[in-house]
Amino acid sequence: MKLIKDILNRYKGVLPASLSIGIFMLIPILIIVVYSFMIPNPNGGVRTGFSLASYQKLFYDYDLFDNLVFNAGYLKIIFRSLWISIISVVASLLVGFPVAYYIAMQNTERRNLLILLITIPFWTNLLIRTYSWILVLRDTGLINSTLMSLGIIDEPITLLYTEGAIVLGLVYTYVPFMILPIYASLERLDIRLIEACRDLYSTKWDALRYVVFPLAKPGIIAGSILVFIPSIGAFIAPELLGGGKNLMLGSLVQLQFSSGRNWPFGSALAVVIMSVVLIALLIQAYNARKNGSEIVH
Amino acid sequence: MSNINTLDKDIKVPKHRDIRSLPGFSWFSLGFFIYLYLPLFILVIFSFNSSISATVWESFSVAWYFKAFANDDIQRAAKNSMIIAVFATLFATIFATMAALAIGRSKKIKYKSVFTGVIILPLMIPEIVTAVATLTFFSAIGLSLGLGNIIIAHTVFCIPFAYMPIRARLQGMDEGLEVAAQDLYANKSDTLRLITLPLLAPGIFSGAMLAFIISIDDFIITLMVAEAGANTLPIYIYGIVRKGITPEINAVSTILLIISIIFVTLSYWIGKKR
Repeated sequence: MKLIKDILNRYKGVLPASLSIGIFMLIPILIIVVYSFMIPNPNGGVRTGFSLASYQKLFYDYDLFDNLVFNAGYLKIIFRSLWISIISVVASLLVGFPVAYYIAMQNTERRNLLILLITIPFWTNLLIRTYSWILVLRDTGLINSTLMSLGIIDEPITLLYTEGAIVLGLVYTYVPFMILPIYASLERLDIRLIEACRDLYSTKWDALRYVVFPLAKPGIIAGSILVFIPSIGAFIAPELLGGGKNLMLGSLVQLQFSSGRNWPFGSALAVVIMSVVLIALLIQAYNARKNGSEIVH
Repeated sequence: MSNINTLDKDIKVPKHRDIRSLPGFSWFSLGFFIYLYLPLFILVIFSFNSSISATVWESFSVAWYFKAFANDDIQRAAKNSMIIAVFATLFATIFATMAALAIGRSKKIKYKSVFTGVIILPLMIPEIVTAVATLTFFSAIGLSLGLGNIIIAHTVFCIPFAYMPIRARLQGMDEGLEVAAQDLYANKSDTLRLITLPLLAPGIFSGAMLAFIISIDDFIITLMVAEAGANTLPIYIYGIVRKGITPEINAVSTILLIISIIFVTLSYWIGKKR
């Protein structure tokens, strides 16, 4: 009894925060893992009993005669999600790196202002930011009406409800996650290294490629992970800009828990998302360790 | 060394002589900032359009704002959003402050990195997973508190957002002042009340504001956890946007946008204060 009292007293500061996260987040995630091995209840929820059916459903389906047949439908959605997320990471890097470099090279006052300008949209409502792209992309939207009034096109181009629109929305939403870590690693960059390169007759681009880029690598890796994690489970961008016809993992999970009423299958899909995220985090931890040891040497 | 470096950057050099600038990068960045703000500007501008069309400009009008304010559904959703955000912010900020103080100042606590890891956990899990996991848990234990369910869910994922600025502020604070107070016979609670908390206050405000906008803007977790009738503003907006675009939604969105911008700017400004 005294021991428990002692521990409670010692840890009372961290307990409210860690207990609320432990009870309302860690335990629920464990329940999801358990549910993914159970049997669906057609009214929602699960029935007890062990079953691998949810994971089997990722690959196989039953045909009319109750035979198992290979079904690529769900795999396609998983790979589409991976593909769209990777494209979004690459696009965020291409867009984010020059901006991060530009900001890092400004004087202190301007740097702070530009960083604030990057963070403001990032804190504003995700739904509204994505919705605002509908106003730009749809057939009667800004781009199409401008191009048509300039006489460049006669009929509106389909921009909305495409995979490109999803990528555009994801990059728009998550590019600050790329810019901030790259900026953080470039901000500490010693300018004299670039000076030394230039003194030794390298071009500006070579200095960027052989000096700045390697030094920015930890920021680039951190940024890529930070863009990848929310993209793989994205829900709003695929729903609003993809029009629900380019289904991604996030929507598929949501569907299983609402109208689909197959909680174990939804849980299995959530486990798939978490595994992908875990792999990404492990890659980052590995890289952080490698980069850390390089600095020590 | 880093000081010289910072000073270096503040010296004005003609652009073509500046070894740091790369051709095209400044134009590219300008283009980027336009890309970042253009859709939001369009949204705001068309919320003041008198015509029902959300893309063809007619004339300036605030009619859609009056219409939005008079709409019962919007009023109800806004009220729910406010109640949830206020309570979630309150709980999350208190918990985060306690945790930051314990991890930053207590010498008795072991496994600090484990506790930090638990507190940061909500940032590592994709929101959709958190959403369905919370829904599953609430239904498994049969918890049905109406708005209470949403408040619990929001509190949990607002904790890390409140925690980070508080922790950062605490790390930048001189522990010497607290030691000095204790040397002058202040007891622990007086030191906390008269020295630590006042110094920590900007971090706490900054954290509370971030927690507030995270809660008021949340969509996917609320969508899954909310019971019938417990709509928040983002849920209402989503429901309408799926059916089509109305200028009324532009008006509501603009208001939410302005609330967020005010809070982020305030949070940034207060957090920077020395």
